[in-house]
Amino acid sequence: MTNGSDISPALAAKAASRTKDAAPVSSAVEAGGPVQGPNNTVAPTEMTGSQAIVRSLEELGVKDVFGLPGGAILPTYDPLMDSSVLNHVLVRHEQGAGHAAQGYAMVTGEVGVCIATSGPGATNLVTAIADAHMDSVPLVAITGQVNSAVIGSDAFQEADIVGITMPITKHSFLVSDPEEIPRVLAEAFHIASSGRPGPVLVDVTKDAQQAGMVFQWPPKIDLPGYKIVTRGHAKQLREAAKLMAGAKRPVFYVGGGVIKAHASHELIELAEYVGAPVATTLQARGAFPDSHEQHVGMPGMHGSVSAVTALQQSDLLITLGARFDDRVTGVLSTFAPNAKVIHADIDPAEISKNRTADVPIVGDVKEILPELLAAYKTQIDGEKPDLTSWWATLNRLRETYPMGFTEPNDGLSAPQQVIQRIGEMTGPEGVYVAGVGQHQMWAAQFVKYERPHQWLNSGGLGTMGYSVPAAMGAKVGNPDRVVWAIDGDGCFQMTNQELATCVINQIPIKVAIINNSSLGMVRQWQTLFYEGRYSNTDLNTGHGTVRVPDFVKLAEAYGAVGLRCESAEDIDATIAQALEINDRPVVVDFVVSRDSMVWPMVPAGVSNDAIQIARNMTPDWEQED
Amino acid sequence: MARHTLSVLVEDVPGVLTRVAGLFARRSFNIDSLAVGPTEHQGISRVTVVVDAEGDLLEQVTKQLNKLINVLKIVELTPESSVQRDHILVKVRADAVTRLQVTQAADLFRASVVDVSTDSLVIEATGTVEKLHALLGVLEPFGIKEIVQSGTLAIGRGAKSMSERALRSASA
Repeated sequence: MTNGSDISPALAAKAASRTKDAAPVSSAVEAGGPVQGPNNTVAPTEMTGSQAIVRSLEELGVKDVFGLPGGAILPTYDPLMDSSVLNHVLVRHEQGAGHAAQGYAMVTGEVGVCIATSGPGATNLVTAIADAHMDSVPLVAITGQVNSAVIGSDAFQEADIVGITMPITKHSFLVSDPEEIPRVLAEAFHIASSGRPGPVLVDVTKDAQQAGMVFQWPPKIDLPGYKIVTRGHAKQLREAAKLMAGAKRPVFYVGGGVIKAHASHELIELAEYVGAPVATTLQARGAFPDSHEQHVGMPGMHGSVSAVTALQQSDLLITLGARFDDRVTGVLSTFAPNAKVIHADIDPAEISKNRTADVPIVGDVKEILPELLAAYKTQIDGEKPDLTSWWATLNRLRETYPMGFTEPNDGLSAPQQVIQRIGEMTGPEGVYVAGVGQHQMWAAQFVKYERPHQWLNSGGLGTMGYSVPAAMGAKVGNPDRVVWAIDGDGCFQMTNQELATCVINQIPIKVAIINNSSLGMVRQWQTLFYEGRYSNTDLNTGHGTVRVPDFVKLAEAYGAVGLRCESAEDIDATIAQALEINDRPVVVDFVVSRDSMVWPMVPAGVSNDAIQIARNMTPDWEQED
Repeated sequence: MARHTLSVLVEDVPGVLTRVAGLFARRSFNIDSLAVGPTEHQGISRVTVVVDAEGDLLEQVTKQLNKLINVLKIVELTPESSVQRDHILVKVRADAVTRLQVTQAADLFRASVVDVSTDSLVIEATGTVEKLHALLGVLEPFGIKEIVQSGTLAIGRGAKSMSERALRSASA
């Protein structure tokens, strides 16, 4: 070797298997892949940069965008007014536009688009962009920028948004030449939606929007440094099949990547053939049906005993589009100590980032799963491994420690019951969008998820305020589905201004405020770890308080329907009433107990073995069948 | 210390160095040295980065760098398979009495004197980090007034060119 060792990711994945007989190698999708949308041919046409932005979005197949105009993006809003293709939803705060685009992307699988002006408009998008980055949501954010001549002079409403968002975007562009607009937007959509999806920022100077250019479609995508490996390496697939055939306690550890890859069908086929238990992470709820007998629940800090244990006591983690997040693993060094790890992910950097993989498979799970099934069938040659004893253990845990809750002592409703009934009365065809905190965990635990794209939440970043705008975006993307924002009283107050957007634009979402009058998850930690010293967690919105704000009046002020449910016997009737209203948004103030806590729980900083099913109560591990 | 030298071909576009440097900062990777410059191909720059990382961490650095859209190719250059050089300029105290001793010391390291004044010399030297360290050790007693040093530059030994293959795949 004279010139060093090549360590590009695709090659790193193959490095372990440079044998001559390793037949088909991974296929790397070369950059310059197809431009999104119908790929109409548009002959060279003179227009302005701003017209080119609108036209490019149209040609890319975009139908809905979320945004709010301002000085530096004004030129683009003018031709936008004439577009018969683009439906622009005018939000009340740019963060709402960002989360709405996320919600839209999560239910449709298409790229979500948000538009904002320079400076504060752009910085208001930052939280949503960071959220999309953590949860791998395909998002294109278009921002106006001050004139290129004054960039760097601290001009009015100038902010270096490309610089600000560099660590939280998959990529970003600053465009000051109008001729670049079609190509850059096509590249932005390609990057956002391919490989591991993520947010892309396109910052366009005002002079580039105003200047003339020659529009032509489709543009030529030129991304020589962007390559995606989609097909798993055959040798690694065989290695994986070998481990699966030999495992006594295998488990499928399924992450959000399976939903992003639209690979639920392939997952079910493989899982049913192998017969191993399936755990779906917070981001993967719905990737595998909750009602399926092989589903053992959600792993992690607030996961089910059966799912946490399935991972913890496993001898083989079949990891699919998951990233060994700390909320799943607990203390990493004690996580699944006896397990070998198969790790399939489209992002090579996730493999062996937190937990070393014994068999790394870089690729698209949608392509990997059928090939893994084929490799497994060949490997076992008709003799399926016996998993009876493993299932006996897990079934005992499932029966002994089902998801449940205790009635509060204060006479108020149990928040879990409210959420459970919303799920049961609405069904799996609904879409459930949570904020962040206790209500999010209960929504993950007590709604039954049967299909992908049924459940949306802010998992990685944990953004309070995600729910209402994301639900709005989801309803725009899936207008025929019932969309519930299951929100907390704290979260709701961060972004409820988008109710105005929903009312004006006839986006009839349903908001269930799980109102425990406090920042509930923080309060839970104060109860458990800070001797019940409730520092700054009381929000005064609930039972027996001044009720500021009064959520029913607030809803009515927005022109939405406001309902309140104060006792358990009214829960069903209130939900039924909310389900009947479809011409306007409905906000239901579910007044619930503040003392309800999220269980099970693995306290921070300890091993998953220390899971508690209630305060200071750990499961009984000794009983072996 | 685990020093590894990575040669990174990048598109020569605005912000690319910020992206590379920012990635190291964000992921808590340690950079020992960084050198950037043009290559034989227009539009492509080469970043030579020496990182203090080994094993899994080095793999993470490489994988994360590869995720940057403007990064075209990464190669690790081992000391055995490459030529690695730093460049240094040192301003040393040297009057009529000590000047000869200082220039003789510089000669021993095949360094050259590039500026002379009544009480100082500027010495220019090229070499491995170890050689330059030794040179500084010899000059130190005379009184070092100022040092400026480049990041490590590295190139693979033999006929193969790192950028040829990268370009071929880029234009495919």
